[in-house]
Amino acid sequence: MTRSKKQENLSKNHLSIEINRDYCKGCGICVAFCPKGVLGMDDHEKAVVEDLEKCNACRLCELRCPDIAIEVIVG
Amino acid sequence: MSKKTLFLQGNEACVEGALYAGLDFFAGYPITPSTEIAEMLSMRLPKKGGKFIQMEDEIASMCAIIGASLTGHKSMTATSGPGFSLKQEAIGYAVMAEVPCVVVDVQRGGPSTGMPTKVSQGDVMQTRWGTHGDHAIITLTASNHQDLFAITVEAFNLSETYRTPVILLLDEVIAHMREKLVIPEKGEIPLVERLWTSVKEGTDYHPYLPREDGRLPMSDFGGVHRYNVTGLVHDMWGFPSEDPRIAYGLMRHLVDKIEGHVKEMTHVKEYYLDDADVVLISYGSSARSALHLVENRRARGERLGLLELQTLWPFPAEAVRKSCERAEYVIVVEMNMGQVTEEVRKVVHDHETVFLANRIDGTFISPTDIRNILRVVQGKGV
Amino acid sequence: MSVREYLRERFMPHLWCPGCGHGIIMNNLIRAIESLGIKKNDIVMVTGIGCSSRISGYLDFHTLHTLHGRALAFATGVKLARPELKIIVPMGDGDAIAIGGNHFIHAARRNIDITAIIMNNRVYGMTGGQFSPLSGYGTLATTAPYGNIYEAFDTVELARGAGASFVARTTTYHVRSMKEIIEKAIMHKGFSVVEILSQCPTYFGRKNKRGDAVEMLKYLKESTAPIGSERKRKNPALIERGIFVEEDRPEYCAEYEKIVEKAQKG
Repeated sequence: MTRSKKQENLSKNHLSIEINRDYCKGCGICVAFCPKGVLGMDDHEKAVVEDLEKCNACRLCELRCPDIAIEVIVG
Repeated sequence: MSKKTLFLQGNEACVEGALYAGLDFFAGYPITPSTEIAEMLSMRLPKKGGKFIQMEDEIASMCAIIGASLTGHKSMTATSGPGFSLKQEAIGYAVMAEVPCVVVDVQRGGPSTGMPTKVSQGDVMQTRWGTHGDHAIITLTASNHQDLFAITVEAFNLSETYRTPVILLLDEVIAHMREKLVIPEKGEIPLVERLWTSVKEGTDYHPYLPREDGRLPMSDFGGVHRYNVTGLVHDMWGFPSEDPRIAYGLMRHLVDKIEGHVKEMTHVKEYYLDDADVVLISYGSSARSALHLVENRRARGERLGLLELQTLWPFPAEAVRKSCERAEYVIVVEMNMGQVTEEVRKVVHDHETVFLANRIDGTFISPTDIRNILRVVQGKGV
Repeated sequence: MSVREYLRERFMPHLWCPGCGHGIIMNNLIRAIESLGIKKNDIVMVTGIGCSSRISGYLDFHTLHTLHGRALAFATGVKLARPELKIIVPMGDGDAIAIGGNHFIHAARRNIDITAIIMNNRVYGMTGGQFSPLSGYGTLATTAPYGNIYEAFDTVELARGAGASFVARTTTYHVRSMKEIIEKAIMHKGFSVVEILSQCPTYFGRKNKRGDAVEMLKYLKESTAPIGSERKRKNPALIERGIFVEEDRPEYCAEYEKIVEKAQKG
């Protein structure tokens, strides 16, 4: 899939990021390594989605999460 | 079909008993005087589709048989003093995780490297308290090859019945001497097979929830139930727990399942005890000399008797107390510094009547050695 | 099945510290197993003692939490008795190479079909931060207050020299390569060693001022390079990652099957 195709594809189908706040221990790895700056930390030291539009569903947050607390759901 | 009669070493009689019991996994490491067990099984096990492996050390051997047992195979290892010391942590693991297996310890001169080719019975207490922490254990022994065959089968039966390691305590004399052995026919000695759970796939299986009869049905690794096995204190599903009630319940269960069944586990042989004035108590190869002396004295009208212990742990206190009730003197015959003597003293009504006839120099104890002690005890001097 | 279906969720969240590399390894180990489509009943996960060893408690396989350093010895018994089972043995660096060193080199020599995953965070975490055989010269630890005077093993060369027929190294930063390497290791017929350079922010990170989990992951990215890459040639100090050994060699259980045939024929 070429780059532009992927981008277009995303906006069409529903994209969401689920964060399990019980599992998340606030290590900040997902926030730091998200290439699009989609995520941030709230004042409870839990990861939160700050700008879903920027997300390109690369799943690095999901793969790098030590707590298995984040899941990128496409479609 | 007439029964097979063999003339073989004690180590080999032990192997024949293990194979009769259904052994099909052995892991071991070379150490005098037990190595013949490994050598023979490396030849015999593959013939019946069983598995033999020589591991990198005794620790690995003990760990390997626990792993194999958890997949549903009857498994055994064999060693001597130094290796037995190395296996202790893993034996404790098998106690805690309630994994059936048999550990043969062929005693030699100790401590440390000691006298590898000489005899002693100095590991008795190590079989009881070798591994750390409160626990219970079953230790069996025998003094001739026919009994050794049967007691080896019993070791497997008890390990499966109570889901526990069983220590088979032999010594260099019984291990290496040759004697006749008549192999019982299939079925002649009843076998206890692995008790499998009847819980269906998808329903909750508790690996550590005893039934009313105290038995714990198992499910093999690779089977339909996935559960956890650990050396940590654990709940009925096998998962770690530090809840005091669970810890208390588990500790009570681990000890009571053995100490609560001493009668069923007690194997002793009684010779001329009914009217004995002097009772000898012995076990393993020492019992051979003790029996010789008893029969020799009986022929001269002296009322001696022998109680031979085939179960050392759990200690058969009842049987010992009963046998010594009428005795004027009790002489414990063993090749160590009185490890069973102390246990006997704890049990009989007057511990001062209990004497020790022993050797600790690597020489096999003879009837004369025992007779000399008897004469001293009777005030006659040697 | 989704990742969560491999977890024993009743025990989550897990006990590892925030940012601990063990969680990232568990995450991607699950994904590797999921993509291979191996049935849960066919997997036995054997672990030793330490933070790393608690991974087996969280995963819905046949799990065997054994003794410190002895996982591979237990696993050998399981594998030889039931060769059809897939055996995965995640271990800590001390667990596998210090107290477990003898079993590690012999499992490799046997080339028995077991996947050994060394979760190398260069420290004994559960006991509070002591140095391990893989900590490295000059590192600080609660038992090396003046600096560690041991050089670290090269785990890859140790495994290669001992006879492992699959040897790879990756890091908790390179999550995609980690998953692929674990998949190859599991499917490889023989002793597979996967060393995963990982981070312990709580002890190794704090004691050696390596920053938090994010900083430590960046270090793993910058301090490693693919085997034989341009970066490695330019900077030989970089640690190489990738697959070092991938050979087809006689596997122990298969060889023993031949012995059974020979014994039963003769």
